[in-house]
Amino acid sequence: MIPRRHFLKQGIALLGAGSLTAASSKGVEALEPPETPPWMKSPGAGMSEYGTPSKHEVNVKRTAIASRPGTTGSGVSRTPLEALDGMITPSGLHFERHHSGVPDIEPDKHRLLIHGMVKRPLVFSVEALMRYPRVSRIHFLECSGNSGILYNPAPPNLTAGQTHGLVSCSEWTGVPLRSLLEEAGVDPGGQWVLAEGADAAAMSRSIPMAKAMDDALLALFQNGERLRPENGYPVRLFLPGYEGNMSVKWLRRLKVVATPVMTKDETSRYTDLQADGKALMFTFPMEVKSLITRPSHGLTLKGPGLYEISGVAWSGNGAISKVEVSADGGQTWTMAPLATPVLDRAITPFRLPWKWNGSPAVLKSRATDTTGAVQPERDAFIAEHGNNAIFHYHAIQAWYVQATGEVKHVYA
Amino acid sequence: MSTRELACLVVGIAVVGCATATVAETPNLGQTVSPAQIAGWDISIQPDGAGLPPGRGTAATGAAVYAQKCQACHGVKGAGQPNDRLVGGQGTLASKAPVRTIGSYWPYATTVFDYVRRAMPYAQPQSLSDDEVYAVTAYLLHQNGIIGETDEMNAQTLPRITMPNRDNFILAYPTKPKAR
Repeated sequence: MIPRRHFLKQGIALLGAGSLTAASSKGVEALEPPETPPWMKSPGAGMSEYGTPSKHEVNVKRTAIASRPGTTGSGVSRTPLEALDGMITPSGLHFERHHSGVPDIEPDKHRLLIHGMVKRPLVFSVEALMRYPRVSRIHFLECSGNSGILYNPAPPNLTAGQTHGLVSCSEWTGVPLRSLLEEAGVDPGGQWVLAEGADAAAMSRSIPMAKAMDDALLALFQNGERLRPENGYPVRLFLPGYEGNMSVKWLRRLKVVATPVMTKDETSRYTDLQADGKALMFTFPMEVKSLITRPSHGLTLKGPGLYEISGVAWSGNGAISKVEVSADGGQTWTMAPLATPVLDRAITPFRLPWKWNGSPAVLKSRATDTTGAVQPERDAFIAEHGNNAIFHYHAIQAWYVQATGEVKHVYA
Repeated sequence: MSTRELACLVVGIAVVGCATATVAETPNLGQTVSPAQIAGWDISIQPDGAGLPPGRGTAATGAAVYAQKCQACHGVKGAGQPNDRLVGGQGTLASKAPVRTIGSYWPYATTVFDYVRRAMPYAQPQSLSDDEVYAVTAYLLHQNGIIGETDEMNAQTLPRITMPNRDNFILAYPTKPKAR
């Protein structure tokens, strides 16, 4: 435990979690006590077959939706991180990255083919896959292009979700890929597996056999229900910790091969151009990362007082071991309590009370994972990787709290 | 359920419970497939040319295919706009404004064939004939100064093309290189 003096010195005070309550909303005069609200004076709505969020939350939606010119389905939509709290992302707000739209697949007609360097090429119906023993895993999924705009020399005028919202976290349930590969019988020389989707881009990536045999999943369910179409219905590959596009959606084909196929998306697209003109290829795991979602760009603090700093951390290489928070631009750091359970390669929320004295402040969070990897400062990260890369950005995010209470992106 | 079935079920659970290092027994529901069935679905092309179909094309014949099927999105002669630029950019990768194209960035010529055949044109994927894909591949390689206008691309010649940026990729798997 860090001495209380330490927190007071930098304006951060640790309090019991229960001591923070939402500010009461004033201004709707008629509902102040002693008035009885009208919704208590007649019965409410009936049951519904499939629930939806409150009509008062319609502004909580995927954000910064963008598609290639002339297309509607070659692009992204992002999770509104600043509006959410907790480990699990609602399925309807899970980020999207499609390469040629969301296919309208009839599950009874869909097939998964396993062939190549195997003893028995096999084809599986979805009905057959549904009979295989399943496992459930809670993991984040992050697009390798997440936060890529922060390679730019100037900070963007974007919210946390618009900047970092290509990450989401779900419970994925399905069949271990290993069980199907063993049924087909992989030849000893089969060191990679080409995974191909049934979308109009026939999106394809080469997966190391070691990963396929370790923890790869053929996911059938997300957060307890069958996959949403935009997340690969009726079956997707899921590779815990790896860059999102390798978890091929609408999976239709697995070809066991000796060496990588060198598809467009693993050569010209998802490779990391460095400052010297060389490019890193096969940068599979997503690195340790965190950001403060509240307060964050676009949110405004209403005067000095006690606030909760909260955010999310994750690593594709293990569990989060600690998150430190700074309210003075990184001069001093305070350990933030982690929400439990802290799971391997899953979103890990952190929360820390902060007493804002009304002066300008720079807020940062810094995550460390169980491999000992520490999230780097942006200066050091850019010095190592340059500004030309697009993918695998994971440096520390800084938010500048102005004296007015407005919060902005800042490189600090 | 018979007593014997019950006994098997219990034994089955015990086996799964003890043998954590092995995969649980599966229902073995995979159906065998014929080579002809596989051939219909196997559209991936490897850098050594494995998977390339019969057929041929040159830049000269590809120019017409490009103009009709590709130019609206990728610009005259692959200059880009409204979508990705496909031509030029060689020598820019270490600059402050790198231009990533087939000619400046892509490490394998076989990838051009694979991607065009599976995903292009955007609105009509898998609609080009193999000859058209060879031809438009040849056209893009020629516009990038990699082959001549009359050089024929086919299953034998395409894998032999050495792309200009071939040696500038550093493998980060299985081990990510240290900072340089």
